[in-house]
Amino acid sequence: MTTLTENPNVAATADTHHGPAKGLKRWLYTTNHKDIGSLYLWFAFIMFLIGGAMAMVIRAELFQPGLQIVDPHFFNQMTTVHGLIMVFGAVMPAFTGLANWMIPMMIGAPDMALPRMNNFSFWILPFAFLILIMTLFMEGGGPAFGWTFYAPLSTTYSSDTTALFVFSVHIMGISSIMGAINVIVTIWNMRAPGMTWMKMPLFVWTWFITAFLLIAVMPVLAGAVTMVLTDKFFGTSFFDAAGGGDPVMFQHIFWFFGHPEVYIMILPAFGVISAIVPTFARKPLFGYASMVYATASIALLSFVVWAHHMFTTGMPLFGELFFMYCTMLISVPTGVKVFNWVATLWRGSISFEVPMLFALAFIVLFTIGGFSGLMLAITPVDFQYHDTYFVVAHFHYVLVTGAVFSIIAAAYYWLPKWTGVMYDVTLAKAHFWCSLISVNLLFFPMHFVGLAGMPRRIPDYSLQFADFNQWISIGGFAFGLSQLIFLALLIKACRKQGKPVDAKVWDGAEGLEWEVASPAPYHTFSTPPKIK
Amino acid sequence: MTRANLVLLRKLVLVVFGMFLFGFALVPLYDTFCEITGINGRIIVKAEDSDADKVVSDRRVKIQFLVKTDAKNEFDFKSNQKFIEVKIGELSEVSFEVKNKTSSLQLAQAVPSVSPGTASLYLNKTECFCFSQQILQANETVVYPMRFFIDEDLPEDISLLTLSYTLYQAQSVQASYSKSELDKGAS
Amino acid sequence: MKLIKLFACVAIAISFVSNAADKAVEMPLNMTKGVTQISAEVYQLHMTILIICAVIGVLVFGVMFWALIHHRKSKGAKAANFHESVKVEIAWTIVPFLILIGMAIPATRTLIAMEDPSDADLTIVVTGSQWKWHYQYFEHDIDFYSVLATPREQINGRWDKGENYLLEVDKPLVIPTDKKVRFLMTSDDVIHSWWVPDFAVKKDANPGFINEAWTKVDKAGIYRGQCAELCGKDHGFMPVVVIAKEPEEFDTWLADKVEEKRKAQEEEQRLLAMNMTMEELMSEGERVYLASCASCHQPNGMGLPGVFPGLVGSPIALGDVDAHINIVINGQTGTAMPAFGKQLSKKEVAAVVTYERNAWGNNTGDLVQVKDVHEFVKRSL
Repeated sequence: MTTLTENPNVAATADTHHGPAKGLKRWLYTTNHKDIGSLYLWFAFIMFLIGGAMAMVIRAELFQPGLQIVDPHFFNQMTTVHGLIMVFGAVMPAFTGLANWMIPMMIGAPDMALPRMNNFSFWILPFAFLILIMTLFMEGGGPAFGWTFYAPLSTTYSSDTTALFVFSVHIMGISSIMGAINVIVTIWNMRAPGMTWMKMPLFVWTWFITAFLLIAVMPVLAGAVTMVLTDKFFGTSFFDAAGGGDPVMFQHIFWFFGHPEVYIMILPAFGVISAIVPTFARKPLFGYASMVYATASIALLSFVVWAHHMFTTGMPLFGELFFMYCTMLISVPTGVKVFNWVATLWRGSISFEVPMLFALAFIVLFTIGGFSGLMLAITPVDFQYHDTYFVVAHFHYVLVTGAVFSIIAAAYYWLPKWTGVMYDVTLAKAHFWCSLISVNLLFFPMHFVGLAGMPRRIPDYSLQFADFNQWISIGGFAFGLSQLIFLALLIKACRKQGKPVDAKVWDGAEGLEWEVASPAPYHTFSTPPKIK
Repeated sequence: MTRANLVLLRKLVLVVFGMFLFGFALVPLYDTFCEITGINGRIIVKAEDSDADKVVSDRRVKIQFLVKTDAKNEFDFKSNQKFIEVKIGELSEVSFEVKNKTSSLQLAQAVPSVSPGTASLYLNKTECFCFSQQILQANETVVYPMRFFIDEDLPEDISLLTLSYTLYQAQSVQASYSKSELDKGAS
Repeated sequence: MKLIKLFACVAIAISFVSNAADKAVEMPLNMTKGVTQISAEVYQLHMTILIICAVIGVLVFGVMFWALIHHRKSKGAKAANFHESVKVEIAWTIVPFLILIGMAIPATRTLIAMEDPSDADLTIVVTGSQWKWHYQYFEHDIDFYSVLATPREQINGRWDKGENYLLEVDKPLVIPTDKKVRFLMTSDDVIHSWWVPDFAVKKDANPGFINEAWTKVDKAGIYRGQCAELCGKDHGFMPVVVIAKEPEEFDTWLADKVEEKRKAQEEEQRLLAMNMTMEELMSEGERVYLASCASCHQPNGMGLPGVFPGLVGSPIALGDVDAHINIVINGQTGTAMPAFGKQLSKKEVAAVVTYERNAWGNNTGDLVQVKDVHEFVKRSL
């Protein structure tokens, strides 16, 4: 998008101020966007492994029919905490980490606008998850009501550790709200001269819109958990029919948060893919403006489709029709995005470096998740799909092969910029192929299991589902193990084992981040670059 | 921190607080929305004027009565009629019997629900024990009359209504049913 | 379609290779057509959308893979420089929109048909509770609970699993074929969801509210489903079994049911005059305990700390007999302990209370007879 006329930063690797402090203090007190970005990314990766370990417990129990390893109560805790950790602990912090690292570098800002808040918003996060994971070891166990915590299962019928669950969700909420505010202020106020709105890279644009979604809906989630807390412990009856409340209202409030949340997890992914595809097609992104408008319209539509998660709760006909039509409509801007990526590839000069491999896998597999999403939107058919493994397959296609693959692609794309060395490409390719094959063995058969009628969130199933579940579990273990390759690769790269790279790591790459040296110096753009 | 950042930060924090309050505002909004559209089948908990102008027509609808107590076992609750057929606009009376099975005073709150949900808009009660909490002495049996009429605007395609009451043990007068609704019910 | 065939082959290969210990049962690879007109329409709709998606997928991925193969740098492809085209962009906004309208029309039609419960021949009130279903035939004086019938030994692997593992209940719901049956759903505790795939009926049972659904079954048979909404610990263990009978057979069944109920009342009267032995009470009590109590209090009576209290050495099980009978019959307000007074007969209450007071080292030696329960109920009225 942008080119530099004069660039003081290429050679200016020498620090204008000072380098990082040494030891633990550096990380505790840091206000540097790159440090905080790294913290977020490592935290997200650790959470990804912990949440993944819980998925392994789930898949081990479901390896064959019967109860073998865990009891149903613990199984429910595993599905719940797996969901919470992956959503709030892995995907969201990973995107915040990418935002921290890349947004200032992409818009030519010296740092994030509110560096101290940045530090705070990261450092409260580990405590939130410490509390959440701790509840698993307490009397009564952790939350066992699904990550959607429908009342009254989460109120009258839950264990007392629900109070800690609520506290933990509050902290996660505050953290992501602060992160989002920081992103908005940075993008609004700190763009380099000449970096006009329509010159911003798409990653910045998608994050900008995501940040608005975050500040709009995370407070609503905070409200929902607060109501759960007061219903359970302080005698209110928001969701208790006996006291004049309505349990279905919980679902309305939750999904008013929950559906935009889905887009919070996928919009930045669109930004990442829109950065990678043009680089390795060596051709500018097709339809930049329509990408921006499509992102904005997806974000707006996400506020009026929430009840498509609730078709079976007994809505009147007009409600079902309204939410069906709105939901179907979302596939138009989403389709535009996919078409734009394909058009970008068309008549390019394509090469298949690792980030590109993940990005291409993203386009295909995310689109499959999009198709099943469209199928789920059709109310009468949704009655059959709802709460089955078909839904599980759908949201894992959009979240794992969608959001997570885009995060991995981003890591492979920018890692040389962060570390200054090229990572071990053989390992990276092994990681890609192992992940690609195992993730499809893991999630594709779930479509069939769901269509055949297996409900989600059950620890045991009837015999007809046995063979498929065995294969799904094998796929699950393989996918879990594949991520250890990534871990090994990241450790090697962070120890700077590898060939040093130039400022412009990829020959087709465009953008300000490729104008600074590799590794990116501790302080970049202390004097703003000039943009044509 | 520059001034521009501070100004923007303040605005965004206001948005966050606004949205937090909006989360709570969804509760009355939802109730109002339900009252207007009848989407959750909750009946409007307030008495209609029994002298209001009613147009009686020959069209008839069947009304089923479904009664249920909560999972606990304090009350016997029965409907003295399983279903009745009424003329649209005609004032009808039915009755329900509640028995306090315990040897202590109990407060009972009946929670009404109508299916199909939209029909709740056209079921007008002039008297109902569900308007407020009922006090039952130990081992007391009380028969509650319920008077209602069906509004002439009831959509043509509805010929069967189900009215269900779930009887809950109420903890105290104030804890149950929001105050404003109680007032509305009493007026 | 091709994709489905491909996966059918893979699936066959999988079932060929796989050596599951239990009796292999074929899993259908697609949504069921079901046995009602609505379920057939839903299936048709599902196939239509699936095919549309598959065609779009093949087109888009076809173009993409063409580019990936032919426009490769290693093949010497030089990048073009176009990056927008208003015409193309408008086209791929409008065309999907038109396709969506094409999908929405049949979907709306089916939905309207599904949401019309008028002129039903039979009304059944379906009440979910943790973790069983209760069916009440509204026009007839019949109601019963329907509980998972799969023995615990099959679940924990001590016995071989039966053909209908986890999809079998003690008392299935019976409905007539060719009649419009209306279901009114509600719940005693948390939200459940009543689902029978062959009817394409899935509706949430919300506490304090009623929901409606209906079906008209074309073919007599046994149809199995499950609870579809996470409802706590044993969510996976509350199946739905419906037997559809020809109308005449259904009427016979109904008459039998009424007769059965009368007999049970007579039997209870007879038992009031009798004393049962410890062995009789303990063996009946164990059966009732495992069926109704063990899912929370656990088969060994230890409960789950912090969630469900244990009964071993508990003040209820060792203390006053009347208080013990009371909690079984009336439940405990503010906890998950439901009232079993409506679900268990007096004989069953007597047996289970005796069992809980004498099992797992709770050696009180108390014998609770049917008449004790009867007198307790009389006194508390």
